Amino acid sequence: MSAVRIGVITFPGTLDDVDAARAVRRAGAEPVALWHSDRDLQGVDAVVVPGGFSYGDYLRAGAIASLAPIMSEVVSGAAGGLPVLGICNGFQILCEAGLLPGALARNAGLHFVCRDQRLRVENAGTAWTSAFTEGEEIVVPVKNAEGRYVADGETLTRLEDEGRVAFRYVGGNPNGAMADIAGITSENGRVVGLMPHPEHAIDTLTGPSEQGLGLFTSLLRTLTGAAV
Amino acid sequence: MARVVVDVMPKPEILDVQGQAVSRALTRIGVAGVADVRQGKHFELEVDDSVDDETLHRIAGDLLANPVIEDWKVTRV
Repeated sequence: MSAVRIGVITFPGTLDDVDAARAVRRAGAEPVALWHSDRDLQGVDAVVVPGGFSYGDYLRAGAIASLAPIMSEVVSGAAGGLPVLGICNGFQILCEAGLLPGALARNAGLHFVCRDQRLRVENAGTAWTSAFTEGEEIVVPVKNAEGRYVADGETLTRLEDEGRVAFRYVGGNPNGAMADIAGITSENGRVVGLMPHPEHAIDTLTGPSEQGLGLFTSLLRTLTGAAV
Repeated sequence: MARVVVDVMPKPEILDVQGQAVSRALTRIGVAGVADVRQGKHFELEVDDSVDDETLHRIAGDLLANPVIEDWKVTRV
């Protein structure tokens, strides 16, 4: 079949679109640059909303970007099952856009935390985690100041009961996130958001591991039905 | 034209780490007796008469505040 095409959105202030596109390419798919002010997803098979400081984090991290024209296309695409991955600021944007529940608040301790972080894959059944095994631990960088996942008690209970915590921090919670939550998934497992950066961990030359690539190969495996 | 104020505050159950940092800094300037500080946002809007209360609450709840973590209050001044 022809190459899987994965869109990578660039907003004003996005930082990690280049690394996200590199990870997409390394996984064997074709990255497609998507622009915030466009209303066209160019027929991509999936979308990555990368990290950075879209619109300078004005108002709240991700708040302005969630209202960008391209995001209304992403929201309607996701309603039809389009796989979407939000990383860091992308996760904040997906929460602000209502694609994922909860919110990301200022880190407990107020510090910008930048370090290699161990995560446990809690749900290996999503579109972006199927190449992992449940309980597998991976190491990827985390780098943010507003990464503390918060949600009301009812939402937290629902996420836990439905197995929608995709990634959990292990070996130390970097930001005070509730229940050590690093990433969550939508009800249908097609939308995933996480604060740590898998796109920075695709080779040992530039990152702490190659394990971040697994999110991108997972997507290919999901879309093509092929074993990796 | 009318002036409208929207105050946005972190919900009581949300840990306000910025407020805590301000509170701790108060001791450094020699102030005692402040039990707690919570930090929010204050918006001032100039709106014409066609903007009704329902629209103002939409502005506050859909954009100025994130209802997951923040409460808001709309006041016409």
